[in-house]
Amino acid sequence: MVKISYYPGCTLKTKAKDLDVTARLCAKALGVEMDEIENWQCCGAVYPMGTDEIATKLSAVRALDYAKHNGGKLLTLCSACHNVIKRTNEDMKKNDDIRFRANNYLQLDEPYGGETEVLHYLEMLKTVVGFDKIKQAVVKPLNRKIGAYYGCLLLRPSGVMAFDNPENPTIIEDFIRAIGGTPVVYPFRNECCGAYVSLKNGNLPKEKSRKVLTSAKEKGAEEVITACPLCLYNLQVNGDNILPVKYFTELLAEALGVQV
Amino acid sequence: MTNKEYVEIINRVSGTDVQKCMKCGKCSGRCPAFKDMDIKPHQFVSLLAKGKIEVLMESKAIWNCLSCMACVERCPRGVAPAAVVEAVRDTVTRMQGNNGIKAEEIPPIVDELIPQQLLVSAYRKYNK
Ligand code: SF4
Ligand code: SF4
Ligand code: SF4
Ligand code: SF4
Repeated sequence: MVKISYYPGCTLKTKAKDLDVTARLCAKALGVEMDEIENWQCCGAVYPMGTDEIATKLSAVRALDYAKHNGGKLLTLCSACHNVIKRTNEDMKKNDDIRFRANNYLQLDEPYGGETEVLHYLEMLKTVVGFDKIKQAVVKPLNRKIGAYYGCLLLRPSGVMAFDNPENPTIIEDFIRAIGGTPVVYPFRNECCGAYVSLKNGNLPKEKSRKVLTSAKEKGAEEVITACPLCLYNLQVNGDNILPVKYFTELLAEALGVQV
Repeated sequence: MTNKEYVEIINRVSGTDVQKCMKCGKCSGRCPAFKDMDIKPHQFVSLLAKGKIEVLMESKAIWNCLSCMACVERCPRGVAPAAVVEAVRDTVTRMQGNNGIKAEEIPPIVDELIPQQLLVSAYRKYNK
Protein backbone atom coordinates (compact mmCIF):
# COMPACT_ATOMS: atom_id res chain seq x y z
CA MET A 1 0.00 0.00 0.00
CA VAL A 2 1.39 3.43 -1.01
CA LYS A 3 0.54 6.19 1.44
CA ILE A 4 0.03 9.77 0.17
CA SER A 5 -0.87 12.90 2.17
CA TYR A 6 -4.35 14.03 1.14
CA TYR A 7 -6.09 17.41 1.26
CA PRO A 8 -9.89 16.88 1.09
CA GLY A 9 -11.19 20.48 1.33
CA CYS A 10 -14.40 21.73 2.91
CA THR A 11 -16.87 20.77 0.19
CA LEU A 12 -15.77 17.14 0.13
CA LYS A 13 -16.64 16.93 3.82
CA THR A 14 -20.14 18.29 3.23
CA LYS A 15 -22.06 18.53 -0.07
CA ALA A 16 -19.55 16.52 -2.08
CA LYS A 17 -19.10 13.59 0.34
CA ASP A 18 -19.72 11.17 -2.53
CA LEU A 19 -16.60 12.42 -4.27
CA ASP A 20 -14.44 11.93 -1.16
CA VAL A 21 -15.85 8.58 -0.08
CA THR A 22 -15.73 6.90 -3.49
CA ALA A 23 -12.23 8.26 -4.14
CA ARG A 24 -10.85 6.85 -0.88
CA LEU A 25 -12.42 3.42 -1.35
CA CYS A 26 -11.25 3.14 -4.96
CA ALA A 27 -7.72 4.27 -4.09
CA LYS A 28 -7.59 1.63 -1.39
CA ALA A 29 -8.75 -1.03 -3.82
CA LEU A 30 -5.95 0.08 -6.14
CA GLY A 31 -3.26 0.03 -3.46
CA VAL A 32 -3.13 3.69 -2.43
CA GLU A 33 -3.94 4.95 1.04
CA MET A 34 -5.12 8.57 1.15
CA ASP A 35 -3.74 9.91 4.39
CA GLU A 36 -5.81 12.97 5.35
CA ILE A 37 -3.52 15.72 6.64
CA GLU A 38 -4.04 17.11 10.12
CA ASN A 39 -5.71 20.45 10.84
CA TRP A 40 -6.23 21.45 7.24
CA GLN A 41 -8.21 24.61 6.60
CA CYS A 42 -10.41 25.61 3.68
CA CYS A 43 -8.18 26.73 0.82
CA GLY A 44 -10.49 29.58 -0.17
CA ALA A 45 -11.68 27.90 -3.38
CA VAL A 46 -10.30 30.57 -5.73
CA TYR A 47 -6.67 31.42 -6.30
CA PRO A 48 -6.10 35.09 -5.35
CA MET A 49 -4.34 36.65 -8.34
CA GLY A 50 -3.50 39.97 -6.67
CA THR A 51 0.26 40.12 -6.05
CA ASP A 52 -0.38 41.77 -2.67
CA GLU A 53 -2.60 38.91 -1.39
CA ILE A 54 -0.82 36.89 1.31
CA ALA A 55 -3.30 35.97 4.06
CA THR A 56 -5.58 34.27 1.52
CA LYS A 57 -2.73 31.98 0.45
CA LEU A 58 -1.59 30.84 3.90
CA SER A 59 -3.98 27.92 4.28
CA ALA A 60 -2.57 26.35 1.11
CA VAL A 61 1.00 26.98 2.28
CA ARG A 62 0.29 25.31 5.63
CA ALA A 63 -1.07 22.21 3.91
CA LEU A 64 1.88 22.14 1.52
CA ASP A 65 4.38 22.45 4.35
CA TYR A 66 2.68 19.64 6.26
CA ALA A 67 2.90 17.38 3.21
CA LYS A 68 6.56 18.32 2.73
CA HIS A 69 7.27 16.63 6.06
CA ASN A 70 4.87 13.76 5.40
CA GLY A 71 5.94 12.02 2.24
CA GLY A 72 6.63 15.04 0.02
CA LYS A 73 3.46 14.74 -2.07
CA LEU A 74 0.06 16.36 -1.56
CA LEU A 75 -2.92 14.66 -3.16
CA THR A 76 -5.93 16.81 -4.13
CA LEU A 77 -9.31 15.83 -5.55
CA CYS A 78 -11.58 18.88 -5.85
CA SER A 79 -10.51 20.80 -8.99
CA ALA A 80 -10.71 24.09 -7.11
CA CYS A 81 -8.50 22.96 -4.23
CA HIS A 82 -6.05 21.61 -6.78
CA ASN A 83 -5.94 24.91 -8.67
CA VAL A 84 -5.46 27.03 -5.53
CA ILE A 85 -2.85 24.77 -3.95
CA LYS A 86 -0.85 24.19 -7.10
CA ARG A 87 -0.74 27.87 -8.08
CA THR A 88 0.18 28.88 -4.53
CA ASN A 89 2.95 26.29 -4.57
CA GLU A 90 4.28 27.86 -7.77
CA ASP A 91 4.33 31.27 -6.05
CA MET A 92 6.27 29.78 -3.14
CA LYS A 93 8.75 28.35 -5.61
CA LYS A 94 9.15 31.28 -8.00
CA ASN A 95 7.90 34.50 -6.42
CA ASP A 96 10.51 35.87 -3.98
CA ASP A 97 8.20 38.50 -2.57
CA ILE A 98 5.31 36.11 -1.82
CA ARG A 99 7.66 33.45 -0.44
CA PHE A 100 9.34 35.96 1.85
CA ARG A 101 6.11 37.44 3.17
CA ALA A 102 4.36 34.08 3.69
CA ASN A 103 7.35 32.65 5.53
CA ASN A 104 7.80 35.84 7.50
CA TYR A 105 4.26 35.40 8.78
CA LEU A 106 4.27 31.65 9.35
CA GLN A 107 7.67 31.36 11.05
CA LEU A 108 7.99 27.65 10.28
CA ASP A 109 10.95 25.68 11.63
CA GLU A 110 12.34 25.74 8.11
CA PRO A 111 11.04 28.18 5.45
CA TYR A 112 8.74 26.64 2.83
CA GLY A 113 9.94 27.08 -0.76
CA GLY A 114 7.59 25.00 -2.90
CA GLU A 115 9.25 21.64 -2.24
CA THR A 116 6.02 19.59 -2.15
CA GLU A 117 4.71 17.93 -5.30
CA VAL A 118 0.99 18.63 -5.79
CA LEU A 119 -0.78 15.70 -7.38
CA HIS A 120 -4.39 15.57 -8.52
CA TYR A 121 -6.23 12.27 -8.00
CA LEU A 122 -6.42 11.76 -11.78
CA GLU A 123 -2.65 12.26 -12.03
CA MET A 124 -2.25 9.77 -9.20
CA LEU A 125 -4.36 7.22 -11.11
CA LYS A 126 -2.23 7.75 -14.19
CA THR A 127 1.28 7.89 -12.70
CA VAL A 128 1.13 6.08 -9.35
CA VAL A 129 -1.42 3.34 -10.15
CA GLY A 130 -1.34 3.30 -13.95
CA PHE A 131 -4.36 3.07 -16.29
CA ASP A 132 -3.31 -0.44 -17.33
CA LYS A 133 -3.53 -1.65 -13.77
CA ILE A 134 -6.96 -0.04 -13.41
CA LYS A 135 -8.10 -1.80 -16.57
CA GLN A 136 -7.07 -5.14 -15.06
CA ALA A 137 -8.90 -4.35 -11.80
CA VAL A 138 -12.21 -3.54 -13.53
CA VAL A 139 -14.91 -6.12 -12.80
CA LYS A 140 -17.80 -4.32 -14.47
CA PRO A 141 -16.73 -2.48 -17.64
CA LEU A 142 -18.97 0.54 -18.21
CA ASN A 143 -20.29 0.02 -21.68
CA ARG A 144 -21.52 3.57 -22.04
CA LYS A 145 -20.68 6.72 -23.95
CA ILE A 146 -19.21 9.14 -21.45
CA GLY A 147 -18.27 12.79 -21.88
CA ALA A 148 -15.35 14.12 -19.82
CA TYR A 149 -15.94 17.61 -18.47
CA TYR A 150 -12.61 19.24 -17.64
CA GLY A 151 -13.86 22.76 -16.99
CA CYS A 152 -11.13 25.29 -16.45
CA LEU A 153 -9.53 24.77 -13.06
CA LEU A 154 -7.62 21.57 -13.82
CA LEU A 155 -6.16 22.90 -17.07
CA ARG A 156 -5.49 26.60 -16.73
CA PRO A 157 -3.17 28.40 -16.54
CA SER A 158 -1.41 25.53 -18.26
CA GLY A 159 2.09 26.90 -17.63
CA VAL A 160 1.51 26.35 -13.92
CA MET A 161 -1.04 23.54 -13.82
CA ALA A 162 0.89 21.35 -16.33
CA PHE A 163 -2.05 18.95 -16.10
CA ASP A 164 -2.63 18.20 -19.75
CA ASN A 165 -2.82 19.91 -23.13
CA PRO A 166 -5.18 22.83 -22.28
CA GLU A 167 -6.87 22.82 -25.70
CA ASN A 168 -6.96 19.10 -26.33
CA PRO A 169 -6.70 17.21 -23.04
CA THR A 170 -6.83 13.40 -22.98
CA ILE A 171 -6.34 12.21 -19.40
CA ILE A 172 -10.04 11.83 -18.53
CA GLU A 173 -10.72 10.13 -21.88
CA ASP A 174 -7.90 7.68 -21.08
CA PHE A 175 -9.49 7.15 -17.68
CA ILE A 176 -12.87 6.44 -19.31
CA ARG A 177 -11.26 3.86 -21.60
CA ALA A 178 -9.57 2.22 -18.60
CA ILE A 179 -12.94 1.68 -16.91
CA GLY A 180 -14.41 0.18 -20.08
CA GLY A 181 -16.39 3.17 -21.29
CA THR A 182 -16.31 4.95 -24.63
CA PRO A 183 -15.10 8.55 -24.32
CA VAL A 184 -17.04 11.19 -26.23
CA VAL A 185 -14.98 14.21 -27.26
CA TYR A 186 -17.05 17.37 -27.54
CA PRO A 187 -16.05 21.00 -28.12
CA PHE A 188 -17.14 22.51 -24.81
CA ARG A 189 -15.40 20.07 -22.48
CA ASN A 190 -12.75 22.62 -21.45
CA GLU A 191 -15.05 25.64 -21.41
CA CYS A 192 -16.01 27.21 -18.08
CA CYS A 193 -19.41 26.30 -16.59
CA GLY A 194 -19.98 29.78 -15.17
CA ALA A 195 -18.27 29.22 -11.83
CA TYR A 196 -18.99 31.51 -8.85
CA VAL A 197 -20.84 34.02 -11.04
CA SER A 198 -23.94 31.87 -10.25
CA LEU A 199 -24.33 33.91 -7.09
CA LYS A 200 -24.10 37.28 -8.83
CA ASN A 201 -25.54 36.84 -12.30
CA GLY A 202 -27.38 33.53 -12.56
CA ASN A 203 -28.07 33.84 -16.29
CA LEU A 204 -24.45 33.54 -17.30
CA PRO A 205 -23.84 30.09 -15.72
CA LYS A 206 -27.23 28.94 -17.03
CA GLU A 207 -26.23 29.70 -20.57
CA LYS A 208 -22.71 28.29 -20.15
CA SER A 209 -23.82 25.06 -18.48
CA ARG A 210 -26.52 24.37 -21.04
CA LYS A 211 -24.00 24.85 -23.82
CA VAL A 212 -21.65 22.31 -22.23
CA LEU A 213 -24.33 19.65 -21.83
CA THR A 214 -25.96 20.29 -25.19
CA SER A 215 -22.58 20.00 -26.89
CA ALA A 216 -21.86 16.68 -25.09
CA LYS A 217 -25.28 15.31 -25.98
CA GLU A 218 -24.99 16.26 -29.65
CA LYS A 219 -21.76 14.27 -29.84
CA GLY A 220 -23.54 11.25 -28.38
CA ALA A 221 -22.63 11.30 -24.70
CA GLU A 222 -25.05 9.52 -22.35
CA GLU A 223 -23.57 11.10 -19.24
CA VAL A 224 -20.91 13.59 -18.21
CA ILE A 225 -18.28 13.28 -15.48
CA THR A 226 -16.39 15.92 -13.53
CA ALA A 227 -13.93 16.32 -10.65
CA CYS A 228 -15.38 19.59 -9.42
CA PRO A 229 -18.35 20.04 -7.01
CA LEU A 230 -19.12 23.46 -8.48
CA CYS A 231 -19.13 22.13 -12.06
CA LEU A 232 -21.45 19.38 -10.88
CA TYR A 233 -23.78 21.88 -9.24
CA ASN A 234 -23.83 24.32 -12.15
CA LEU A 235 -24.36 21.59 -14.72
CA GLN A 236 -27.06 19.85 -12.67
CA VAL A 237 -29.00 22.89 -11.55
CA ASN A 238 -28.76 24.81 -14.82
CA GLY A 239 -28.65 21.87 -17.13
CA ASP A 240 -32.39 21.05 -17.28
CA ASN A 241 -31.51 17.34 -17.05
CA ILE A 242 -30.07 17.42 -20.54
CA LEU A 243 -27.68 14.71 -19.33
CA PRO A 244 -26.87 13.10 -15.98
CA VAL A 245 -23.71 14.49 -14.35
CA LYS A 246 -21.59 12.46 -11.94
CA TYR A 247 -18.24 12.53 -10.20
CA PHE A 248 -15.62 10.51 -12.08
CA THR A 249 -14.89 8.55 -8.89
CA GLU A 250 -18.49 7.30 -8.77
CA LEU A 251 -17.96 5.64 -12.13
CA LEU A 252 -14.60 4.28 -11.00
CA ALA A 253 -16.28 2.70 -7.97
CA GLU A 254 -18.96 1.21 -10.21
CA ALA A 255 -16.37 -0.29 -12.57
CA LEU A 256 -14.20 -1.65 -9.77
CA GLY A 257 -17.22 -3.12 -8.03
CA VAL A 258 -16.37 -1.16 -4.89
CA GLN A 259 -19.28 -1.09 -2.45
CA VAL A 260 -19.98 2.36 -1.05
CA MET B 1 -5.82 59.37 -3.63
CA THR B 2 -4.98 60.58 -7.11
CA ASN B 3 -5.86 58.83 -10.32
CA LYS B 4 -2.14 58.27 -10.93
CA GLU B 5 -1.77 56.46 -7.59
CA TYR B 6 -4.71 54.18 -8.41
CA VAL B 7 -3.30 53.37 -11.82
CA GLU B 8 0.08 52.52 -10.31
CA ILE B 9 -1.40 50.28 -7.66
CA ILE B 10 -3.72 48.43 -10.05
CA ASN B 11 -0.81 47.80 -12.40
CA ARG B 12 1.34 46.49 -9.57
CA VAL B 13 -1.36 44.29 -8.01
CA SER B 14 -2.21 42.78 -11.42
CA GLY B 15 1.37 41.56 -11.78
CA THR B 16 1.07 41.93 -15.54
CA ASP B 17 2.49 44.44 -18.01
CA VAL B 18 -0.38 45.97 -19.99
CA GLN B 19 2.07 47.92 -22.15
CA LYS B 20 3.00 44.65 -23.86
CA CYS B 21 -0.52 44.30 -25.32
CA MET B 22 -0.59 44.51 -29.11
CA LYS B 23 -4.39 44.79 -29.31
CA CYS B 24 -4.89 41.58 -31.27
CA GLY B 25 -8.15 40.77 -29.46
CA LYS B 26 -7.43 37.07 -29.03
CA CYS B 27 -8.29 37.28 -25.33
CA SER B 28 -11.77 38.60 -26.13
CA GLY B 29 -12.24 36.05 -28.88
CA ARG B 30 -11.81 33.25 -26.36
CA CYS B 31 -13.72 34.82 -23.44
CA PRO B 32 -16.75 32.69 -22.46
CA ALA B 33 -18.31 35.68 -20.69
CA PHE B 34 -17.92 37.89 -23.78
CA LYS B 35 -21.60 38.87 -24.02
CA ASP B 36 -21.73 39.86 -20.36
CA MET B 37 -18.46 41.81 -20.46
CA ASP B 38 -19.53 45.42 -21.07
CA ILE B 39 -15.82 46.17 -21.43
CA LYS B 40 -14.22 43.30 -23.35
CA PRO B 41 -10.96 41.81 -22.04
CA HIS B 42 -8.77 43.47 -24.72
CA GLN B 43 -10.44 46.83 -24.08
CA PHE B 44 -9.98 46.35 -20.36
CA VAL B 45 -6.23 45.93 -20.84
CA SER B 46 -5.87 48.91 -23.16
CA LEU B 47 -7.99 51.19 -20.94
CA LEU B 48 -5.69 50.48 -18.01
CA ALA B 49 -2.68 51.15 -20.24
CA LYS B 50 -4.26 54.55 -20.95
CA GLY B 51 -4.93 55.13 -17.25
CA LYS B 52 -8.72 55.27 -17.70
CA ILE B 53 -9.62 53.46 -14.52
CA GLU B 54 -12.94 55.10 -13.52
CA VAL B 55 -14.78 53.36 -16.34
CA LEU B 56 -13.12 50.05 -15.37
CA MET B 57 -14.09 50.43 -11.72
CA GLU B 58 -17.71 51.09 -12.69
CA SER B 59 -17.90 48.27 -15.23
CA LYS B 60 -20.07 45.16 -15.11
CA ALA B 61 -17.09 43.22 -16.44
CA ILE B 62 -15.44 43.07 -13.01
CA TRP B 63 -18.45 41.11 -11.72
CA ASN B 64 -18.94 38.85 -14.74
CA CYS B 65 -15.39 37.68 -15.39
CA LEU B 66 -15.21 33.97 -14.53
CA SER B 67 -11.45 33.85 -13.78
CA CYS B 68 -11.39 30.95 -16.22
CA MET B 69 -7.93 31.94 -17.50
CA ALA B 70 -8.85 31.31 -21.14
CA CYS B 71 -7.69 34.84 -22.03
CA VAL B 72 -4.36 34.33 -20.27
CA GLU B 73 -3.89 31.05 -22.11
CA ARG B 74 -4.47 32.68 -25.48
CA CYS B 75 -2.51 35.92 -25.17
CA PRO B 76 0.51 35.82 -27.48
CA ARG B 77 2.20 38.63 -25.54
CA GLY B 78 2.14 37.14 -22.06
CA VAL B 79 -0.43 39.64 -20.77
CA ALA B 80 -2.95 38.39 -18.19
CA PRO B 81 -6.27 40.19 -18.78
CA ALA B 82 -7.91 38.12 -15.99
CA ALA B 83 -5.39 39.50 -13.50
CA VAL B 84 -6.09 43.05 -14.64
CA VAL B 85 -9.83 42.51 -14.10
CA GLU B 86 -9.14 41.03 -10.67
CA ALA B 87 -6.84 43.90 -9.66
CA VAL B 88 -9.58 46.41 -10.50
CA ARG B 89 -12.24 44.36 -8.69
CA ASP B 90 -9.98 44.02 -5.63
CA THR B 91 -9.47 47.79 -5.63
CA VAL B 92 -13.23 48.35 -5.75
CA THR B 93 -14.24 45.76 -3.13
CA ARG B 94 -11.55 46.95 -0.72
CA MET B 95 -13.37 50.30 -0.46
CA GLN B 96 -15.76 50.43 2.44
CA GLY B 97 -19.32 49.50 1.51
CA ASN B 98 -18.42 48.16 -1.92
CA ASN B 99 -18.80 44.43 -1.45
CA GLY B 100 -20.35 42.70 -4.44
CA ILE B 101 -22.52 40.37 -2.39
CA LYS B 102 -24.61 41.38 0.60
CA ALA B 103 -25.09 38.74 3.29
CA GLU B 104 -28.87 39.18 3.19
CA GLU B 105 -28.97 38.35 -0.51
CA ILE B 106 -27.66 34.85 0.15
CA PRO B 107 -30.34 32.89 2.06
CA PRO B 108 -33.08 33.31 -0.59
CA ILE B 109 -30.87 31.87 -3.33
CA VAL B 110 -29.34 29.03 -1.36
CA ASP B 111 -30.83 25.70 -2.37
CA GLU B 112 -30.38 22.15 -1.10
CA LEU B 113 -27.62 21.34 -3.54
CA ILE B 114 -25.42 24.41 -3.31
CA PRO B 115 -21.81 23.39 -2.57
CA GLN B 116 -19.78 25.24 0.08
CA GLN B 117 -17.26 25.84 -2.67
CA LEU B 118 -19.67 28.19 -4.45
CA LEU B 119 -20.33 30.30 -1.36
CA VAL B 120 -16.65 30.43 -0.43
CA SER B 121 -15.48 31.31 -3.93
CA ALA B 122 -18.13 33.98 -4.47
CA TYR B 123 -17.30 35.57 -1.12
CA ARG B 124 -13.61 35.51 -1.90
CA LYS B 125 -14.11 37.04 -5.33
CA TYR B 126 -16.74 39.64 -4.54
CA ASN B 127 -16.16 40.67 -0.94
CA LYS B 128 -13.24 41.94 1.12
S1 SF4 C 1 -11.88 24.53 -2.97
FE1 SF4 C 1 -13.45 24.05 -1.91
S2 SF4 C 1 -13.63 22.45 -1.36
FE2 SF4 C 1 -11.72 22.94 -1.93
S3 SF4 C 1 -11.26 23.57 0.27
FE3 SF4 C 1 -11.34 24.92 -0.92
S4 SF4 C 1 -13.29 25.77 -0.72
FE4 SF4 C 1 -13.24 24.11 0.13
S1 SF4 D 1 -15.74 24.81 -14.94
FE1 SF4 D 1 -16.67 25.85 -13.56
S2 SF4 D 1 -16.61 25.12 -11.55
FE2 SF4 D 1 -15.61 23.93 -12.84
S3 SF4 D 1 -13.65 24.29 -13.01
FE3 SF4 D 1 -14.38 26.00 -14.23
S4 SF4 D 1 -15.30 27.28 -13.00
FE4 SF4 D 1 -14.84 25.54 -11.92
S1 SF4 E 1 -10.79 35.06 -17.17
FE1 SF4 E 1 -12.47 36.50 -17.37
S2 SF4 E 1 -11.85 37.84 -19.01
FE2 SF4 E 1 -10.53 36.07 -19.13
S3 SF4 E 1 -11.55 34.76 -20.59
FE3 SF4 E 1 -12.25 34.11 -18.56
S4 SF4 E 1 -14.12 35.26 -18.23
FE4 SF4 E 1 -13.06 36.24 -19.94
S1 SF4 F 1 -4.59 38.66 -26.29
FE1 SF4 F 1 -2.99 39.75 -25.20
S2 SF4 F 1 -2.04 41.06 -26.74
FE2 SF4 F 1 -3.99 40.36 -27.60
S3 SF4 F 1 -5.44 41.99 -27.03
FE3 SF4 F 1 -5.54 40.46 -25.41
S4 SF4 F 1 -4.09 41.17 -23.91
FE4 SF4 F 1 -3.62 42.28 -25.76
